[in-house]
Amino acid sequence: MTRLRLDGVGVRIDQALIVHDVTVDCAPGTFVGLVGPNGSGKSTVLKTVYRAVAPTSGAVLLDERNMLRELTSRRSARQVAALAQEHSQGFDFTVAEIVAAGRTPHKNRWELTSAADRRIVADALDTVGMPAYADRAFTSLSGGEKQRVLLARALVQEPSVLVLDEPTNHLDIATQLSLLALVRSLGITVLAALHDLNLAAAFCDRLYVLRDGVVVRTGDPWEVLTPDLVAEVFGVRAHRGVHPVTGRLHLAFSEIPDRDEKALKERELATEGNI
Amino acid sequence: MPPPRAGTVATLGPARGTPSAVTVAPWAAHGPRNTFLLAVVVLLVATPIVLVAAVSIGAAAISPADVWSSILGHLVGGGHTPPIDDQIIWQVRTPRVLLAFVVGAGLAVTGAVLQAVVGNPLADPYVLGVSSGASIAAVAVLTLGGVATTGLLPTIGVSGAAFAGAVATLVLVIALGRRQGRLDPHRLLLAGVAIGYLLQAGTSFLQLRVGSNQLAAVLFWLLGTVSGADWQKLRLPTVIVLAATVWLLAQARQLNALVLGDEAAASLGVSVSRLRAQLLAVCAALTAAVISVAGGVTFVGLVAPHCVRLLIGSDHRRLLPVAALLGGVFLVLADLVGRVVARPMEVPLSIVTAVAGVPFFLLLLRRSGRVSRLSTGAGAGGGS
Repeated sequence: MTRLRLDGVGVRIDQALIVHDVTVDCAPGTFVGLVGPNGSGKSTVLKTVYRAVAPTSGAVLLDERNMLRELTSRRSARQVAALAQEHSQGFDFTVAEIVAAGRTPHKNRWELTSAADRRIVADALDTVGMPAYADRAFTSLSGGEKQRVLLARALVQEPSVLVLDEPTNHLDIATQLSLLALVRSLGITVLAALHDLNLAAAFCDRLYVLRDGVVVRTGDPWEVLTPDLVAEVFGVRAHRGVHPVTGRLHLAFSEIPDRDEKALKERELATEGNI
Repeated sequence: MPPPRAGTVATLGPARGTPSAVTVAPWAAHGPRNTFLLAVVVLLVATPIVLVAAVSIGAAAISPADVWSSILGHLVGGGHTPPIDDQIIWQVRTPRVLLAFVVGAGLAVTGAVLQAVVGNPLADPYVLGVSSGASIAAVAVLTLGGVATTGLLPTIGVSGAAFAGAVATLVLVIALGRRQGRLDPHRLLLAGVAIGYLLQAGTSFLQLRVGSNQLAAVLFWLLGTVSGADWQKLRLPTVIVLAATVWLLAQARQLNALVLGDEAAASLGVSVSRLRAQLLAVCAALTAAVISVAGGVTFVGLVAPHCVRLLIGSDHRRLLPVAALLGGVFLVLADLVGRVVARPMEVPLSIVTAVAGVPFFLLLLRRSGRVSRLSTGAGAGGGS
């Protein structure tokens, strides 16, 4: 099991500081959530872990080894897999070919795909519920099916750390729940950016709240997702409750009435009264 | 639902498309590996037949048996071909046919790789402006070279000038295509196209200034020809095409990852920026080597990779070798047609490749019935 630690990570892109001094500690085998509004830097933080972006300050540590300095891209890709948001494919691959790409960090230049590799690919397709899709063109799939295939590719990497960036996008509610349950059942270290605070509360051992590229609070879901914090960071009113089945934190939301608009309405009423 | 803890791995419910309704990718209908083997066997059988046929057909017809015995005679000794025929076969047609094969193979491989590197199916070996750089330098030598009888120009010749022009242009385009110390594929593409237009303007200007007797030579060079081939000219392009193709094949897995997107490739352990720079350098060397001996042969580099993708899919470990063979055979045939179709005049390669290749490609496109494989697949779509 692998401990993932981000130590004071900062990222500067085009002179703009996107992420500032972010420290995140994911204990081995825990499910850690990253929440925050759009543009708060969640994806950028995750990208430093799967090496799509190099941190301009601080370090990403795998079992206390500096990833950028001590591990080659290939070495770290054998430990860290990602299910990211990017959906670009210039040319059509079959589902099996896409999933098999997950073996890339495990293979040498001239090494052929072995029977063992094929079995790992087939197993992963079984796990994500798409065993019959191996020879289908990836571009012919629906958004949810693509997400399953990309999860299978990450599984085939046999990672000890899994990075998820909005993994439930494009998925129906049943698949959202079963995907996160599947990821949790792997027993590996997980760092996930999640939009849905209730999914975050239901699945995460620990949460980090990001705003404007800075961690503003951390702790377990009950400690973190207080009405005050939700109002301050997300701009909505949160009503806390207990999930009737899981016993975990569950939130209901309502809009915070806009004070200016209310004042305007009152003034209008007052003028109407004058007439 | 207390989230399940580690132990048995949970699975997702089956995706809703029922297996019977699942349509298999056309090129995978018989298994991608079987289709690949079939393609390789067919091409490996076809290549020597086409090469020998191309050597035997020409202004002086020579029987394939004489071709065999002459070539074998030169390779292992003991040929009994008449000296005149032997001269035509060994000194004129064999190097020419082999050069056509090498050029076609090199262009097809370069096109396939560049389409992956810049993430654009419309990319071809010339998209980075390399050909325009080679063209302006070659045309400059062709049109102004007559003036200088001593000095640098006559020594390096048209090929040398074209090679230098190609390399210089690539260096310029790469310098313009950098962003934050990394090669940005979109910027690279736009810089290449822009520089290409600028150099084409220069080439056109040079063309306007020359007399009609020189214009034919210029046009021939711009449209591609292997008519000047000899054993000495064959050497460098062959070495470069062979070495580069082998090296590119070793990167095939990484190329596959690159096509999945820069971030996906990074998460799969690919050093994206470094790989892209290496691939560009190798592709540039390939293009420059090929274009400097054969001029601006178009269409092969764009379409041969797509033909192969339509037949056997996009996995570069299969795509690159098959594209090389197909591109080579196709250009040998194109050169053959160009030699015989309008005798005694020769038709430049680009005219033949387009006229013969386009209908074939469109037919393949129609038969496959799936244009989407050539589109850039703009993200997730469609309902389930």
